[in-house]
Amino acid sequence: MFKLSMDRIQELLSSLGTVLAPVESAGQVNFGVWSADATLRLDALHTVKSPKDAFFPQTEELARFKLEGKNISVGVPEIKDEPFVLFGVRACDARSFDILDRVFLSDPVDVGYATRRNLGTVVTLACSRPGETCFCQTFGIDPSEPAGDVSTWIDGGFLYWKPVTEKGEKLTETVKALFEETDDSAVEAAKANIRAILDRLPLKDLSLEGWGGDVLMEKFSDEKWEEISSACLGCGTCTFVCPTCQCYDIRDFDTGNGVQRYRCWDSCMYKDFTMMAHGTPRPTQLQRFRQRFMHKLVYFPSNNEGMFSCVGCGRCVAKCPVSSHIVKVIKTFGEGNK
Amino acid sequence: MNNSLIPMLGVVTAIRRDTPDVKTFRVEAIGGGKCFEHIPGQCAMLSIPGVSEAMFSITSSPTVKEYQEFSIKKCGVLTEWLHQMEVGQQVTIRGPYGNGFPVEGDLKGKDLLFIAGGIGLAPLHSVINYVRDNRENYGTVDVVYGSRSADDLVDLREIQEEWIGTPGLNVHLTIDRPQDSWDGHVGFVPSYVTELGFDPNKTVLVCGPPIMIKFVLKALMDLGFSRTNIYTTMELRMKCAIGKCGRCNIGDKYVCKDGPVFRFDELDELPNEY
Amino acid sequence: MQAIAEKIKAKALELLENGTVNRVLGWEDGEMPYDRTPAVFTKDELAELKYDHFCGANLSKYLIAETKKDGKVLALLKPCDTYSFNQLIKEHRINRDNVYVLGIPCRGKVDVRKLRARGIEGILSIEDDGTTITVHTLYGDETCPREEALLERCLCCKGKEHKAFDEVIADDKPYVEPGHDRFEMVDKLQAMSSEERFAFWQGELSKCIRCNACRNVCPACSCLSCVFDNANSGVSSKANVDPFEEQMFHIVRAYHVAGRCTDCGECSRVCPQGIPLHLLNRKFIKDVDTFYGEYQPGEDTDSRGPLTNFTKGDVEPSIVYGGDK
Repeated sequence: MFKLSMDRIQELLSSLGTVLAPVESAGQVNFGVWSADATLRLDALHTVKSPKDAFFPQTEELARFKLEGKNISVGVPEIKDEPFVLFGVRACDARSFDILDRVFLSDPVDVGYATRRNLGTVVTLACSRPGETCFCQTFGIDPSEPAGDVSTWIDGGFLYWKPVTEKGEKLTETVKALFEETDDSAVEAAKANIRAILDRLPLKDLSLEGWGGDVLMEKFSDEKWEEISSACLGCGTCTFVCPTCQCYDIRDFDTGNGVQRYRCWDSCMYKDFTMMAHGTPRPTQLQRFRQRFMHKLVYFPSNNEGMFSCVGCGRCVAKCPVSSHIVKVIKTFGEGNK
Repeated sequence: MNNSLIPMLGVVTAIRRDTPDVKTFRVEAIGGGKCFEHIPGQCAMLSIPGVSEAMFSITSSPTVKEYQEFSIKKCGVLTEWLHQMEVGQQVTIRGPYGNGFPVEGDLKGKDLLFIAGGIGLAPLHSVINYVRDNRENYGTVDVVYGSRSADDLVDLREIQEEWIGTPGLNVHLTIDRPQDSWDGHVGFVPSYVTELGFDPNKTVLVCGPPIMIKFVLKALMDLGFSRTNIYTTMELRMKCAIGKCGRCNIGDKYVCKDGPVFRFDELDELPNEY
Repeated sequence: MQAIAEKIKAKALELLENGTVNRVLGWEDGEMPYDRTPAVFTKDELAELKYDHFCGANLSKYLIAETKKDGKVLALLKPCDTYSFNQLIKEHRINRDNVYVLGIPCRGKVDVRKLRARGIEGILSIEDDGTTITVHTLYGDETCPREEALLERCLCCKGKEHKAFDEVIADDKPYVEPGHDRFEMVDKLQAMSSEERFAFWQGELSKCIRCNACRNVCPACSCLSCVFDNANSGVSSKANVDPFEEQMFHIVRAYHVAGRCTDCGECSRVCPQGIPLHLLNRKFIKDVDTFYGEYQPGEDTDSRGPLTNFTKGDVEPSIVYGGDK
């Protein structure tokens, strides 16, 4: 365990190379490239968008084509190979990377994601002030002891730093001179404080009983979907703030000087998501709403040894314009919350 | 690392007009030869950059060594564009994708019944020719194929000149409405299946419009067939073709990698969103 | 507000029982103390109907779908919601015969995001005594002057009068609207140099995550299929290929609703990134007022909107294009 006075946080960040951290811009906190004149907001519990952007950017160029006569030429942009540090990641978001790994690192591996995942070192930050929308404990996540390559805690004006993985050890070597070594006592006290708060969270007992991969047709056919989806606007807010949503679209864009093929985040909440020349198999918002939650709570666990595709970060709880979010879905159907 | 989303180039070396709205395109790698090997029932992503990319059945049999063929019906933006192509046009291609039919597995040694409607012959075409080229490995073969009119029967010349006459292979053609030039059977595919009354121990491969599949299935059930012996292929919107973009997800399956070939008893376990 | 909620429920029950309507469009409680979800209630479900300072959501747009169903629906509309309602009637989106409008009073709606922006975290419950909001949190109690917690639209309230109703429930207590000038920020932006203004909008719009919540909630965006959802249009509603695209989306959208936007402020209320989208609309409103005479969309159902009407007094295009570059 190492520690550093928070007065020297800038010194630390500037020694880590390229750093993505929660920074404030136009009043909102999102992960962005940190620089000395950025407004660092390590106090913000959640960024608006999750840090998944760092590995799976919202928009990414895949290829460039030129068409001349009957001929086509293909150019593939190089993926930036600069190492970076993702700093201040919360425990829930750190778990989301395990879920995204299941998708993007399974065969065939997604090259862009894998490259960035290798280049990035994840420095997590314990949640000293969890919020009312948090329910990561439901997924067995401990926000007092976040995973990642390095775990950190902020307490009493100090940053406590604990390398966890080999990658974390390597990063620690590069900045070791800034730290002083310390024992675990301060961090243990901080953890105890956090756990005391966790015990008072309104969603601490949220149960996933009744969900999982083996209730597929039963949950799909449940009549309750109609009522719970009725207010849904069909926007993509939940999807785009979600750390585990990973659906994407591939589109071509005529730049006027060739064609750019890009990949961008997509949402199964959108009505054109499954649209084909002859129509869509999900013409109603009920079907689209059901798809999103069934995927997270039934289909994904069915394919991933029971792992749910939700980490309880609570972003959708805070952001859904009509409050028709996953907690409401879990409670409406789940047997364990009556 | 090889990026699965980046296509290779192919060139269209022959174009055949099959029906007023179906053309068959022969695609080879630049410099000749096949772009990749495939098994019957598998698909490939074809694209004209700037238009879009979409999944198409590979209609030629893997036993064809020089090229791959795609029979494509004009029905959307990309297919309209493809129909305007001339020989020598390059396209992008990636694949093969999907599970394909179990031609070297469960289908081996079986009596096979192919049932197709319209462009639904496309995914079965590859299997039928594979079976013809490996005739000794399969039992009797029946093909029931129907379309709106005689002009809409895809590959009619090949069917008449090559399939008919293959030992142990019976072709049963039908069209929806009577037509002057047609002296064959008239009527919808499902009722023709009932009329022909096949042995329910045959293994069935069916593909066509959803409404046809629905009634064919009913006809087969009435004849005593088992859902575990009936295969079909599904079509959904696809973007990545490698089970990641989420678009073709139904239940816990991704049609692009777990399909497009499913047995009906497998479909019974899935939500009806196709 | 509790008394008002009870009055609304009693009136709704009466209208359900006498057969005037067969269901009620209102708000229901959610998981969080501030969660209110638009919902339709039958007589048996009426106990779950909720009306308080968090019922900001404008229900008018839901009536497009609701009035296509069988039977008459009772719609609970706040004064400002009735403007959107009228505008949708004018655009033939709502079947007026299938809705019974109960005008309900409003004393301004609280924006939980404004509470959060003050650093209030771990919200467990919220009390509103009419002047102060008291928030009980995991980390102790916090207070906020009520006016500082109101939705932007409520600071510039259009007034207590319902512009469409079949019946009205009157407020039982006096309420004075904050009365802010809705063009104050528009004027500030206009007074900026074009570089400053560009920097302001670039900062705001580059936060956009392309979720389309602003469009989907907007009562003026009632197209069955949006131009931005047409893959063949050459624009995409969900990707930022370059920073200009998100600007184009919002600016094009502001153009599409110009002259029809009632300034209901739903776009800004739902934006997950807190982009003040209403400012684009207010700029258009101000320009329309300046060039074509003052006009409030949704005030009635029969006047012709300034941009869909021609009069000899209309401003010449050269005047529109001239002026401050």
